[in-house]
Amino acid sequence: MRFTKDHEWVALDGDIATVGITAYAAEQLGDVVFVEVPDVGKTLTQGDGMAVVESVKAASDVYAPVSGEVVEANGELGDAPETVNAVPEAGGWFAKIKVSDPSQVDALMDRAAYEAFLATL
Amino acid sequence: MSDETLKKTPLYDAHVAAGARMVPFAGYEMPVQYKDGVLKEHLWTRESAGLFDVSHMGQARLRGVSPLSAFEDVVPGDFIGLPAGRQKYSVLLNRKGGIIDDLMASRPDDDGLFVIVNGACKDGDFAFMNDELAPQVTIDRLEDRALLALQGPKAVAVLKAHIPECADKVFMDSWATTGFGVDVLISRSGYTGEDGYEISVPGHAAERIWNTLLEDERVRPIGLGARDSLRLEAGLPLYGHDVDETVSPVEAALTFAVSKKRRDAQDFPGAARIVKELAEGPSRVRVGLKVLGGPPAREGAEIADTNGKVVGIVTSGGFAPSLGAPIAMGFVPSALSAVGTKLNVIVRGRAGAAEVVAMPFVPNRYVRKV
Repeated sequence: MRFTKDHEWVALDGDIATVGITAYAAEQLGDVVFVEVPDVGKTLTQGDGMAVVESVKAASDVYAPVSGEVVEANGELGDAPETVNAVPEAGGWFAKIKVSDPSQVDALMDRAAYEAFLATL
Repeated sequence: MSDETLKKTPLYDAHVAAGARMVPFAGYEMPVQYKDGVLKEHLWTRESAGLFDVSHMGQARLRGVSPLSAFEDVVPGDFIGLPAGRQKYSVLLNRKGGIIDDLMASRPDDDGLFVIVNGACKDGDFAFMNDELAPQVTIDRLEDRALLALQGPKAVAVLKAHIPECADKVFMDSWATTGFGVDVLISRSGYTGEDGYEISVPGHAAERIWNTLLEDERVRPIGLGARDSLRLEAGLPLYGHDVDETVSPVEAALTFAVSKKRRDAQDFPGAARIVKELAEGPSRVRVGLKVLGGPPAREGAEIADTNGKVVGIVTSGGFAPSLGAPIAMGFVPSALSAVGTKLNVIVRGRAGAAEVVAMPFVPNRYVRKV
């Protein structure tokens, strides 16, 4: 699993990247009450707004950690947005992206680097 | 505003010790939430009792020859006849009939009028009152006092152990007493739609009283995040968001703050506009909106009619924890303000269905008789 400074995670399986927000991000947001996942078929460029996650208080953008085409979105978050808080780095995934440039994944932080980054916040 | 200029309430250390997330608000570092988070804090207040630090709000005594009569020069309500022991909601008006702030004014005792105003507006409010009312009235700010709110269905049972007579009071009663070993100014009111109390205490005693109340397992500390979602569900406007100096009490759906007598006499600031709006209807009015599925519509979201024409704007909105659905309030033309009117809210470029509903969104539970 790789991580961005915007607190997204990426798990690459072949050329399919599953993406979501980190446990740290979920904790900072508080109780998630609404998630807007991307449409399947949408082409994303790394850094694009990909999804929106809303707590009671505020709406926050989730950015595409890699470029590619959305091949699946987690529809279960529509009825159960709280899954993002419960299991942010597993069942609370947002989308699966067919990556156009796998080297983008390699360039992201590994867990040790991400944890070191969190320690600076 | 840089952090160095932010003020702290006497409860700052208690908030930090309780794990609060502190944010700048009204010039103070205030707790937006504690460890439980906004959702649980909100629901706890609705089912048990929540304790809020609202010491950022402005407290003052208006003293003078006839402070009640003088106060009527800046508000549209009846205060001359306000009995000792009662509190009233009102609005400070500018000469155009716009709302400078909303406030609570009470007579906890015979010592003039006790006024509580919004934290973000307090310096301007008290300067305005001084400009309008001095030298007949002096505005004595009570900056050495803290303000706690204890809100929720179990507030009365909790507070009774410390201030026994609180159970015999009703909504909008106000009184001065000794509680927790200090002098207390207290009212049975609040900003959540629940039964509860707002308790003004000497700043030096605030932390001890705060901790004493939290020793009761029915009480949990509640941050400003849940205070906002609670007041939204209660249909109560937030100054600076739903109401500002351009908005009249009629537009703000606060017509109850304009008394019949004052309306007939037209003897308050901006009376011409306000009386005209009462007679003919305002061009825009604050309404409640239920968002029917889709994302919450938040402050700044456009409101459109069913033909897609933009007709208004959301001034407060979010997810209502007690309803499990998004709600909002905003301004629309009077012709589109009837309960049941179908509208759309525009969130991130997409129209979502909404409907005008009566406020409060969640029934209030004020105790009006005991």
